[in-house]
Amino acid sequence: MNIASKLIWAFISLGVVTVWGLTLGGIVYKIFARVQGRLGPPVWQPFIDIFKNNSKRTSISHGIMYYLGPVFRIAGGIGTYMFIPVLFGSAHFSNFSMSGDLLLVMYFIFFGQLGMALGAGEGGHPYSAIGVSRGLAQMTAFEVPFALSVISLAMQYKTLNITDIVAAQQGGFLNWTLFTNPLAVAAAMIAMLGMNMHNPFSIVIAPQEIPIGPPTEYQSAFLGLLATNRGIFNGAKLVLFMNLYFGGATNLAALVAKTFCIYMFSVFVGAAFPRFRAEDSIRFFLKVPTLVGIAAVLLWTL
Amino acid sequence: MPEDKEIVTPVPPAERPEWVKDERTLTNSGLPEEERDWFCDARPRRAEKSWRVVENFMNWARAHSLWILAFGTGCGAIELRPLVTARYDISRLGMQMRPTPRQASVFLIGGYVSLKTLKRIVRSYEQMQGPKFVVAVCSCAINGGMYWDSYNTIKRIDEYIPVDVYVTGCMPRPEAVLAGFNLLKKLIREGKAEGQNLYADKFDWFKANQKQVITDWNMPDYNW
Repeated sequence: MNIASKLIWAFISLGVVTVWGLTLGGIVYKIFARVQGRLGPPVWQPFIDIFKNNSKRTSISHGIMYYLGPVFRIAGGIGTYMFIPVLFGSAHFSNFSMSGDLLLVMYFIFFGQLGMALGAGEGGHPYSAIGVSRGLAQMTAFEVPFALSVISLAMQYKTLNITDIVAAQQGGFLNWTLFTNPLAVAAAMIAMLGMNMHNPFSIVIAPQEIPIGPPTEYQSAFLGLLATNRGIFNGAKLVLFMNLYFGGATNLAALVAKTFCIYMFSVFVGAAFPRFRAEDSIRFFLKVPTLVGIAAVLLWTL
Repeated sequence: MPEDKEIVTPVPPAERPEWVKDERTLTNSGLPEEERDWFCDARPRRAEKSWRVVENFMNWARAHSLWILAFGTGCGAIELRPLVTARYDISRLGMQMRPTPRQASVFLIGGYVSLKTLKRIVRSYEQMQGPKFVVAVCSCAINGGMYWDSYNTIKRIDEYIPVDVYVTGCMPRPEAVLAGFNLLKKLIREGKAEGQNLYADKFDWFKANQKQVITDWNMPDYNW
């Protein structure tokens, strides 16, 4: 496949994951509403919100970095997604996974947050600064168990190439990392709770304390861009977790089913638990999940 | 508010009010000299509609995604709480509370407006990005209600910011507020909720009224 058709297919798969990520967002709204005894918005509400935000007639800017914040954020989301193979064995849905490995993807997960931090900082709102500092602190904390889990994976499969990691898990569900390296999966799934920022790790946007954190000053199309990125980034992270720990997917139906189940883990935890305070959240990640991660690494060293 | 409503400018046109620098800029004279550069001094400008089909689609999206500015301005704001709970649940209509005026599109004036609150209302309203809509709930926001002769409460909120929908009652039940929101959605879909443009067109009139009652004006003349 030449580079042009590869690019076209990469953008088609980007479209697919955007729609799926946003739909998942709508399903999550619905689930939280049902848990609270409400009907909740329709599942397509995130799409309407994005249309609405993009059709605002006015918007204001606080400077160049403010403009670039959402751009960096969506670049981080698309960058994360572009280096992850979506469907194992599919020439069309493998994106540019041969050009980058797991370390690059992990870098991209962080990249968007940093860009957003600079942009939100220029907005000048104190709640943005608080939200950003909380977000980066929590991110640094949950990266520890996640990185340990990835190191354990690298030792297990002797590679950092995501396609090779998926290939090693083929041939029955007992070959999934979930069963061959459960400690690494446990550490990574707890790290994912922090990544998805539902309760108890929703300190970043903490609606009752620091409304609503980093995007406080963002409006109109800026907010539309951030909301679009939320779909892409969520989708990309779920596909990454599916590839690393749950055997990847060979068709779109398997992808949808697996990513849905992975996401529901953090949603159910979020619906059942109240919120940690900032310092508690960081301490939490640096205790048990980190120890589990270290154990996962040690297991493959011995 | 009907667009053809006759609005009498209280200031003679020949005499330029002190907050107007020229046709495009404002003086921000309420601010200390050294702070004036920090703020934008442009007047609000009329926002033109898009091509009809596109505008209809946008209006549909706007009507189905109303984000309410969660700023309780009077006792009627207590009616907002039941609206988000399981019994009335406005989220099924695509509505939600938004804690920042930058992202909100509906400003709900919940009852009597004291002079202190009016200042914050003006500031929050101007910070909202258009198209923005105002729903005035309770009698006090419409005609002063029981505060008719209060020295510290304004009588009609639509002399200070444009209002799209009124909900009468003291206080109206959440069902009435919901009916108001449904009317607002209908107006938006018909393209009749153009309060933002009304505010831009009659800016001098609104600003003169605001300045008349807010004596300690220590904010920009138009808050971006």
